Amino acid sequence: MNPEYQRYHPKWYRRRMPIFWWLDKLPYVKFISREMTSVFVAYAAVVFLVQVWTIGRGAVAYQAFQDWLASPLVIGVHAAALVIVLFHSVTWLSLAPQALVVKLGKRRVPDSIVLLAHYGAWVLASVVVIWFFTRA
Amino acid sequence: MRRSREPVLWALFTGGGMLTALVLPALIGVLLIAPPLGWIPPLRYEQVLGLVTHPVGRLLIIGFVSLSLFHWAHRFRYTLYDGLQLYHLNMLIAFFTYGLATVISGVTVYIVLGV
Repeated sequence: MNPEYQRYHPKWYRRRMPIFWWLDKLPYVKFISREMTSVFVAYAAVVFLVQVWTIGRGAVAYQAFQDWLASPLVIGVHAAALVIVLFHSVTWLSLAPQALVVKLGKRRVPDSIVLLAHYGAWVLASVVVIWFFTRA
Repeated sequence: MRRSREPVLWALFTGGGMLTALVLPALIGVLLIAPPLGWIPPLRYEQVLGLVTHPVGRLLIIGFVSLSLFHWAHRFRYTLYDGLQLYHLNMLIAFFTYGLATVISGVTVYIVLGV
């Protein structure tokens, strides 16, 4: 009706977030670092896949893969991956009490108990894995 | 209203997260670090061949690799979304991450069944 009104047309106010907003505070950096641990989870899965592939290609290929694993650079990368995956485990389990709310009757099981149970499961799973691959 | 696919993707993310949180550190230690460094004797070829060709072994490998990749896909997608403020590329990022996870899972099935 009144084209002049365009000048004062109310636009939605949206603050533009800078791309590196998360570098401003340490908690934000820690959050993004935590999420980035998933990259090393994917990397480990792919390394295991490659290992299975070399097994399929024969004993010589498998041995070549084992030799590659032993090279210092690769050991360094995998050691770093282990630390990062440990960070993934610890931060993931720390969220378990928030996710798993158990009620006995009316009372809620304390967070520390839930967390302890998850750490127990972690220890148990790790022992089983290590036992399985070293028993032969 | 169309049913959102989000719960399925979230379930894969959570399953992969819990599985990897519980077994991945030990798995990396016992398969990728300890044998090459000589801390434990490496598995002989016949042993690993037996493990990988066993039906349960095949299923576990396929399941583990797939879940790990879908865990990464979901988490990486949302980190790019929130972290790098790439909302406008949402469809592209989702296609890339879940697509990559699906493709590598398919490759896993192919490799595992071909051993």
